[in-house]
Amino acid sequence: MSELIVTRHGRVLQLTLNRPAARNALNNALLTQLAEQLEAAASDIEISVCVIYGSERCFAAGADLNEMAEKDLPATLNDIRPQLWARINAFPKPLIAAVNGFALGAGCELALLCDVVIAGDNARFGLPEITLGIMPGAGGTQRLIRSVGKSLASKMVLTGENISAQQALSAGLVSDVFPASLTLEYALKQAALMARHSPLALQAAKQALRQSQEVPLQAGLAQERQLFTLLSATEDRREGIDAFLQKRTPDFKGR
Amino acid sequence: MVECILSHVEQGVMTITLNRPERLNSFNDVMHQQLAECLKQAERDDTVRCLLITGAGRGFCAGQDLNDRNVDPNGPAPDLGMSVETFYNPLVRRLAKLPKPVICAVNGVAAGAGATLALGCDMVIAARSANFVMAFSKLGLVPDCGGTWLLPRVAGRARAMGLALLGDKLSAEQAQAWGMIWQVVDDEQLSTTAQQMALHFASQPTFGLGLIKQAINAAETNTLDDQLDLERDYQRLAGRSDDYREGVSAFLAKRAPNFTGK
Repeated sequence: MSELIVTRHGRVLQLTLNRPAARNALNNALLTQLAEQLEAAASDIEISVCVIYGSERCFAAGADLNEMAEKDLPATLNDIRPQLWARINAFPKPLIAAVNGFALGAGCELALLCDVVIAGDNARFGLPEITLGIMPGAGGTQRLIRSVGKSLASKMVLTGENISAQQALSAGLVSDVFPASLTLEYALKQAALMARHSPLALQAAKQALRQSQEVPLQAGLAQERQLFTLLSATEDRREGIDAFLQKRTPDFKGR
Repeated sequence: MVECILSHVEQGVMTITLNRPERLNSFNDVMHQQLAECLKQAERDDTVRCLLITGAGRGFCAGQDLNDRNVDPNGPAPDLGMSVETFYNPLVRRLAKLPKPVICAVNGVAAGAGATLALGCDMVIAARSANFVMAFSKLGLVPDCGGTWLLPRVAGRARAMGLALLGDKLSAEQAQAWGMIWQVVDDEQLSTTAQQMALHFASQPTFGLGLIKQAINAAETNTLDDQLDLERDYQRLAGRSDDYREGVSAFLAKRAPNFTGK
């Protein structure tokens, strides 16, 4: 059985991390497969949204420590992992993490990289790198603080302690909490809801949301307006507004 | 090894007996550790479909064993928070989260953490001679083991305040009259009544009962909106259980259902 299971549900692509013996630890091979699948999905016009899932008991419990232990300073300097993460991050369509159980270290960083995190009530989020004498190396110190604020992010990174799904919900790290056995189903439902919308509008909106983390407000507003203007040239915009006015379901073509 | 906790599983019921009768079954660290082992088994073993907790001898549980907490007037203040965090809080959380009914058969005095532990179980049956004592206030302490959360919910605010601040004895009959416990029975009938109820639960749709328990516990803190969402989720899960299917087909076929707990 492959370590990354690929399933299609209409316009939604589901990627399931499947290394149960290693609690879905994200080694280079698995990250590479993730990057490859997302790159293929990026150019696949039949795919609108992607959901990343683990299992009912575990999302991903970290990086592969054996792999990391072998790397000295020069090897770490030339590690390909940052490039793998960048490829995953470059996915231009909505990316949803459906998290049950542990999302620790790299697993937490993968969830943070996603646009939306939907959690099971048994989910635990944490960055325990500090307990190993290292620190988060794939966005953990950057993305966490942007979603939950300084105090909680610093506490998690500096103590290595994890937080519950409910805490993650109230801190803004996740959007919804459901019973664990329904997490995937509900995440797919939300993905399907997104996938009903215009593919180009989804991509433009995602780009604008991403840019909000990169540039000052004025520049962000200008870029938002440019993307907004861009959509005015699409057939889907006409279809979306027409369908609304005619009280019917729109039929988007991705043009 | 001293057996501070007796436990056995029979016909789907795990019976846990607090067993330090000479100290009215009051808690010490060893007893906590042994109880934690039993709970671990109850959590992992699917054949356990109901938990029954009772006490050996004439008392149910006198709370924390104060002999373990000899306070030296010249020494530094003890850290009672430590034993609450290490033992009592995990115990209360685990009993509340256990997706199976927990019955408490209160056979005699339940004082301090013994009282709050008993009142926190899902179904409380007390012997007529039993009583509950929120002894904490008389020592300068606060009701722990969930006491301050639980009392206003089972007794109402005014009675919770009275019970906790005065620390007086509350009879089992009064507790029942106030709706704080399920049932009072004559002393000699306590064991049989509790056993019967436990056996009943052990033959019921355990998965569904677990969801009911979780839902009612969640309702203590949820808004109506949150709770309605939770009911939708739990009903969806319950509808997929084997026992629901069995329950419906037994009803339609006019026969007794045979629930497996799944």
